This record gives sequence, structure tokens and C-alpha cells, in this order.
Amino acid sequence: MVRFPFPILKTLLPLCVVVGVFAIVATAARTNVVHQPPTESGRVAVETDPVVTQVDRLFARKWADAGVTPANPVDDLAILRRLSQVLHGTVPSLEEIRLFEADAGPRRIERWVQRMLEDRRFSDYFARRLARVYVGADEGQFVVFRRDRFWAWLGEQLQTNRPYDEVVREMISERGLWTGEPEVNFITAAVNEGNVDVNKLAGRTVRAFLGQRIDCAQCHNHPFAEWKQGQFEGLAACFGKVSLSAVGVEDNRKKPYTVQDRVTLKDREVAAGVPFHEEWMPADGTERQRLAAWVTHPENRRFERAIVNRVWGLMFGKAWIEPVDDLPDPGESRSSDDLLDVLGADFREHHCDLKRLVATVAATHAFRLSSEHVDFESPEKALLIEETWAAFPLTRLRPEQIIGAMLQASSIKTIDQNSHWVRRAFRFFQELNFVKEYGDLGDNELAEHSGTIPQALLRMNGEFAKDRSEGSPFTAAGRIAGMSPTADGCLDLCFLVCLTRHPTAEEVVQFLPQLEKSRGNERKDVVEDIFWTLYNSAEFSWGH
Amino acid sequence: MTIHSVSRRDFLRVSAATLGLSFAVPGLGVRAAEARGAERQKSFLTIWLAGGPSQLETWDPHPGTDIGGEVQAIKTTIPDVQIADLYPQTAEQLHHVSVIRSLVSKEGDHERAAYMLHTGYRPEPTLVHPSIGAIASHEMPDSKIEIPQFVSLGNSPFPPRGGFLGDKLDAYRVFNPGQSGQNLRPNVDNDRQGRRLKNLEVVSQSFRRGRGVRLDQTLHQHTVEAALKMMTSEQLKAFQVDDEPAAFRDAYGRESFGTGCLVARRLLEVGVRSIEVSLNGFDSHANNHVAHVNRAKELDPALATLFKDLSDRDLLQSTVVLVIGEFGRTPKINPLKGRDHWPTGFSCLIGGGGLRSGAVLGATDPKGEKAAPEDPIEVANLYATVLKTLGIDYTKEIITPIGRPMKYCDGTPIEQLLN
Repeated sequence: MVRFPFPILKTLLPLCVVVGVFAIVATAARTNVVHQPPTESGRVAVETDPVVTQVDRLFARKWADAGVTPANPVDDLAILRRLSQVLHGTVPSLEEIRLFEADAGPRRIERWVQRMLEDRRFSDYFARRLARVYVGADEGQFVVFRRDRFWAWLGEQLQTNRPYDEVVREMISERGLWTGEPEVNFITAAVNEGNVDVNKLAGRTVRAFLGQRIDCAQCHNHPFAEWKQGQFEGLAACFGKVSLSAVGVEDNRKKPYTVQDRVTLKDREVAAGVPFHEEWMPADGTERQRLAAWVTHPENRRFERAIVNRVWGLMFGKAWIEPVDDLPDPGESRSSDDLLDVLGADFREHHCDLKRLVATVAATHAFRLSSEHVDFESPEKALLIEETWAAFPLTRLRPEQIIGAMLQASSIKTIDQNSHWVRRAFRFFQELNFVKEYGDLGDNELAEHSGTIPQALLRMNGEFAKDRSEGSPFTAAGRIAGMSPTADGCLDLCFLVCLTRHPTAEEVVQFLPQLEKSRGNERKDVVEDIFWTLYNSAEFSWGH
Repeated sequence: MTIHSVSRRDFLRVSAATLGLSFAVPGLGVRAAEARGAERQKSFLTIWLAGGPSQLETWDPHPGTDIGGEVQAIKTTIPDVQIADLYPQTAEQLHHVSVIRSLVSKEGDHERAAYMLHTGYRPEPTLVHPSIGAIASHEMPDSKIEIPQFVSLGNSPFPPRGGFLGDKLDAYRVFNPGQSGQNLRPNVDNDRQGRRLKNLEVVSQSFRRGRGVRLDQTLHQHTVEAALKMMTSEQLKAFQVDDEPAAFRDAYGRESFGTGCLVARRLLEVGVRSIEVSLNGFDSHANNHVAHVNRAKELDPALATLFKDLSDRDLLQSTVVLVIGEFGRTPKINPLKGRDHWPTGFSCLIGGGGLRSGAVLGATDPKGEKAAPEDPIEVANLYATVLKTLGIDYTKEIITPIGRPMKYCDGTPIEQLLN
């Protein structure tokens, strides 16, 4: 068992590693992205794609059946904000907003989606969101589990758009060191007290990749699903030969996998097995390779349905089916009335292309609806609107999204891979601290969460909000206060950088006189107050 | 309640406070201070020894044996019960509580064991169980309390959580006890704070349009209002210790932990339902003895003073006090003179709230050969005892967000501890 007796070393070592890796990667990753509106890439043209039409029809039928009218489409700037939040974990910079507003070309949103998907911020951010599903949110065992390496690896797979089934197969079956082959951290995340917890791996594999909860079958037959304890044991046995050594994760062919029988209390050997469709499991390869092939088998529809539901959840802040990892069994054949089937079929057809899936969801009518709806004024009708997705859901943003938005809003320029690495390192550490204080959502991040009092206090009185709204020459607040020639121009900029919208008439009435009255340094104070106000609004910390 | 009325009221309160009017208001909740003894609503106080304290260097010493290490045993105010000589002051107050020496669990990893010892359940991948403190706050709310009902004092790596009862029941964290909690003061003067709140009202109105019902469900406004209420509450004084006599502060110890225990007593007086004070540094894989000597320097005076203080103020009858960590430490001393993790046969102190005091439950093998202690006690049974004593139906089933019914606690109360 690996133990580090010195707590200080335990704290500092990972930190040094993170800083070092960050500096190297940051320097290497600076690329020249021209700050111009995106052009047609032609890689995927999703708005006119048949799958988008199919999804839109599915929703149209759903709304007609329920007798509800969908919300109005939301304006393009709001979509830009939505996309920035779900794809980059931040909000659009003023630089981007200006470019976007000036872009008069056709299919503007579609081109911008493409560009955002190519942006390194997408692969970095999405990797972190998905990593939670694959390696959990726990700290994990020191040394053998390297979350930073896993993030970097997964980000690279997303950046190069490797087919998702290949990525999953590697996580399940790869051998090697947690540093050199970071995908094996999928395995080592389940190391507890020096031992590989095969039950945890079996449960996580089925939940993460097939969207089903088999965990309870570890101890008993599932009361209402078809899972049996024996099936769980077979799955766990697929990981039974995994061993850890100086060369990392290995499959030790000679090691038999045994469990203690609950009746006879004797050890009995269990063979690798799967709970259904054994014919999808090839005869050759290691147990893990065979399991990986079975999980991602082209006919295993649970695989595509699980990732579709997950991506839908990440983009809407709410999964299509909740809980996100407990989906009903798929029907006999694919149905055009089943969203997961429609998107899943397209996903398979296009070689498990994750970016295409994201772009497709972003192109749907449902994604572009407003979160406002007349029926949200009435408690009786609100539920139906919510259940039928007739308006965009209102969901709590992740702490990373909130601090990401604050950091971006406090800078005029885009903070991305072209920013100076010091600035990006600053973002990195601010984010870690903020998440710690705001409270992490743990593994079940897509479950519904309400806000808490410490969060409200942190937003109102915390150092983060203070620093990010301070009117210094280095912050957006300071620069806007100092350089806007007119009061209404100044107000407009504040709203654009914080909320990605222009102020309403009522807001102009409230704020403009404050700016007009202010002289000299007072204007800085007024702008700080406006930033504070906007940071503390529900609009800022809830996805909408 | 609309933001309009609230922010205006709070704005007035902010102004009133600056005019010195706050001193005209009676101090720490009159109501809570009245009731005493068994009449009082019960509370739950955990002293959390983070890292896993050694049973052998605390409440279950075996001096003179191969496993005993360097400590000696001293007599206590419970007849025939001895504890490690690192705790002379606690020994004088031990009659207020009982000693359990045979706790068993299956979790030997810090994070997992901290979960187990906070909730009574082993970690599960699809569900987060609420900590016992969260259950107590949830089951026994008090509308007169303007500060959080569940407070964690100190910098514990794994603070107790609300789990499936909701994030609102996560413990409110005070990292530096004695200073008012973090983020409680506005960053600007009252004029500007007033202006900011007025601004917020207007922006909130714009966002409300077309989202009324949904927005209410998010509790965003509610938490902002509760936060503002808390920022101006008189009860916040309970977090500070400036008005405590110097002798008292010395007796508890002026370090973070001792101050935390004193703050805990003040919070109990206000009526806060659940409190955890944590002391880090028990993970003694190397130089176990030295580590425990150092920890005892803070823990002994604080604990002894706390027991006595609660008893003197007649608060012990209404407060279940539990002194515990995530596991114990191995009987065998390793080559680095340390002890490793040991989840079978570890100790805790428990008392108050009407529980029996002066009892000793279970025993460990003085030779350290047998892993299992005599009369092993499961963690779930410990917490069934705590919940029952607090007056909470520990068998109550909650339908969790994943639709699975789950009992608050899956144990049975320990008869020997119930009066």
C-alpha cells in the first residue's frame, strides 16, 4: 500500500505537478486563432440536417398532444450565452459579442457552434464535465489516481474528435501507467486501500456507459429491474484479473477471480460474463477487452442512448430522462417518438461523433426556445410546460460556470488558449478555490439542486465577487468606467459583459441616472455597484 | 414575499445597525437562553477528530503491552475506567459521558470512512446519505433561528453534508472559529449597499417576467433574503468570543479548536440544532505518539472545559455530545513509529441529551491479536441511539430523489446507553 507520511508533501506534490503541467501545456497550446467571424467549415451542416428535422417534429407532436404552445424562440445573443456556458463553462467576452453582433452572414449560430466546438475551451471544459461520470468526484487514491492526466487525455480525445466508442473501449481495457496511459485512471479511480474495487468498476461501467444502475444487484437481486446478483458478479469478474504493479494497470491472466458464496461461505470462482446479449461479447482478448467490445457493440443501443441522454443533460442542465444514469430498457426497435433513439441512431451512423451530437442538439428548436413562458405565471400550468420541454429549463449553473462567467465578465478580452498563461493559470486556481467554497455538486451533478445561503453570501460579500467587480485599470469594470464616453454606452457595456444582453427600459430608468449623476471617481463606484448587482442576479447564476 | 419589501426592510436594518441601535436590542436570543435542563429542545454536538485518532492514545490505553506505545493510563471520575495520561483534565470530567471501545466499520479510507461516520451508511455510488447533523436540523427546524441550523467549525477535509435532504442542509462552514463567519459583511458602506439592493430588485423583476413559478422553485430569492437576514442578525454574535471572560477563553484554549468549542457552546445557547467542531492532525502514520501528544494539548483542555461548561449551564441535558473520528489506529506500531488505519475496535465518547453517563461499552484485545473487539458496536447502532435520544424517529423512511425509500438510520439503539 502506498502511504505518504508527510501531509505537507501530500498537499504540495500534486500542486507542483499541476502548476508544472499547466505551465508547459499552456505555453505549448497557444495557437493563432484569427479574431474574425467564423466561416463555413462545411464539416457538418446541422441546421438543415434530417436528424434535426426529426427531432423538431418529435417535439411538435409532443406539444400538440399535450395541448401546449412552446415558448418563443430566444434571441441570438441569448443563444450565444447559452452555448458559451454549456460548451466553454463561461460567458461570451465583449470581444466575441462585438464580433457576433457584426456578423451578418447566413446561418450565424451554426457557424459559431462549429467554432466553439473547435475552440480548446470546449474540449477542456467538456472533458471535466464528462470525467466526473467516468472517474467520479472523490479525491481518489493518491499516486495511482491522476485526475489531471485523465482530464488532459479526455480533452485531447474531444479536441481531435475521436469516435466515442473508441474512447470508451480504451478506458475500459487499456493497460499501463496512470501517467503514461491516462485512460487507465478509469480503473485506478476505483482503487481503495491499495485494492481495485471491482464491484465499483462494474457498477460504474454500466451506469456511465450504458445508463443503467446495476449497483444494487451487488448485494441482492434488483427488486424491479431484471438485474440478478449473478449477473453483477459476472460483470465484476470482467475486472477480476486487473492488478496494479510498477508498470501500472495489468491483466493478470493467472489470477482467478473468486467471491465468497453468501450461502456456503466458501470461495467460488466466477467467470467474466455480461447480463444480456452474450453474443455481443467476443471470445478473444482480455476480459476487459471483451467487456469493452460488448459495451460499445453497434447493436447495444443502451450505449448510444446513455451518451445522448448525458449530452442532452449537459446542454440543457437537465437530462432528458432522470436520473441521467437510470434509463428504461430500450424498445424492441428504434422509434421516431423516442428522442434517445432518434439522436442515438444518428450518433451511430456518424461513427459516434460527439461534436456532431452536440451541434445537433444545439440546432434543435427545443434548444433555442426561451426560458420565459406565459404559463410560468401559473403554478397549475407550469408543471406541464416543464414536463413537455415547451420552454428552456431554468437550472443551477455549476460553480465552475459561475466563476468562469465572473472571470470572463471582468475582462474585456477573451480568456482562452491565446491568453497569457499567467492569466489562464489565474483562472485555473480561482476556479478551484471558488468551487471549494461554493460547494461541489459531487457525482450527481445533474440532479436538481437549489441554491444555498453560503452561496448567496459568497456572491454578495466574497472576495471573488469583490475582486471581479473592482474598478481597477485591469478589470472590465474599471475600463468601462474610465473609457465609455457616454453614460448609456457605459451601462450597455456593463450589461453586455455580465449578462450578454442590453438593459431593459426599466433597468435604464434605474441605472442611467446613477451614471449620469456621477462625477470623476464616483463613476467607478457606480459601475462597481452595477457589476455587483448583475453578478448577484438570479439571471447570472442560473442557466436559462 | 417580494424582494421589494425585504430589501427595504434589510436596508433599514443595515442603517439601524450603524446608528448603534443594535445595542438596544436584547443580546443572544432571549428565548433560547430561557429553557434549561430536559425542557430544552435538544441539539447535537460532534467533536470530530479528523484523520482517525488512536484509541490507544485516547480512551482505550493498554500500557505496558506490546501494542501500548508510550502512554500510561490514568484514573478517571468513572470508577475502574482509565484513559490515556495525555488527558488529565478530561479524566476529571469523564463522568459526564460514556465510553465506547468497540466501534466497528468496514471503511478504512479517510473519505469513505468520514462518510460512514457522518451518516451511518457506507458510501453508495447512486445516492448521498444525509449526515446525522443534517437529519437533526431537518427534523427539528426552529423559525426563530436566523443563522444556519447546522454549523461546522474548523477546517475539516470532509465536512458533513445534507445529502438527499438537500444542499441547504450542508453544514455552514466557519473556517476560523472566533471570527465572524466568512462573507458576512458587505464590501461597501451602507449607502452603496442600499443602492445595490435596490438595483438588484429591478434586475430581478426583469428576469422574473415569464419565469415566476419556476424562479420561485429555484429558491434563489429565498436564499438571498435569508442571507441578508443573517448578515444583520443579532444571533451572529454567537460566532464571536470577544465578550467571553479571558479566563474562560484560556480554559478552552485560544487556538482554533478551543475557540471552536467555545463558539459551539454559544451556538447551542442560541438554539442551533447541530454543530461539528473539528480538530485535524490525527492521521499518525509516522511518529504516532508525538502526534497524539500534540493533539492532546488542544483537545484535553477544550474537551474538559466544554463538558464542565455545558453541565454548569445546564445545557448538557439537552445536548448529545459525541467525540469521534473516522476510525481508530492499528494496535501494531509500524517501522516509522506510526499507527495505520483501523476500523475495527475503535473508541468514542458519547453523552448528554439524557443518555446514560459513566458506562463503558466493549473492550479490545490488550495483545492486539484479535481484530474483533468484545461486544462490537456498529456505527448505525450508535446513530440510531443518537437520533432516538434527540427525539427523532430513526426508522422513518424517506423517498430519495432516485425513488428508493431509505431509513434515516439502519441500526438499533444501544440499550446500555439509554436511560
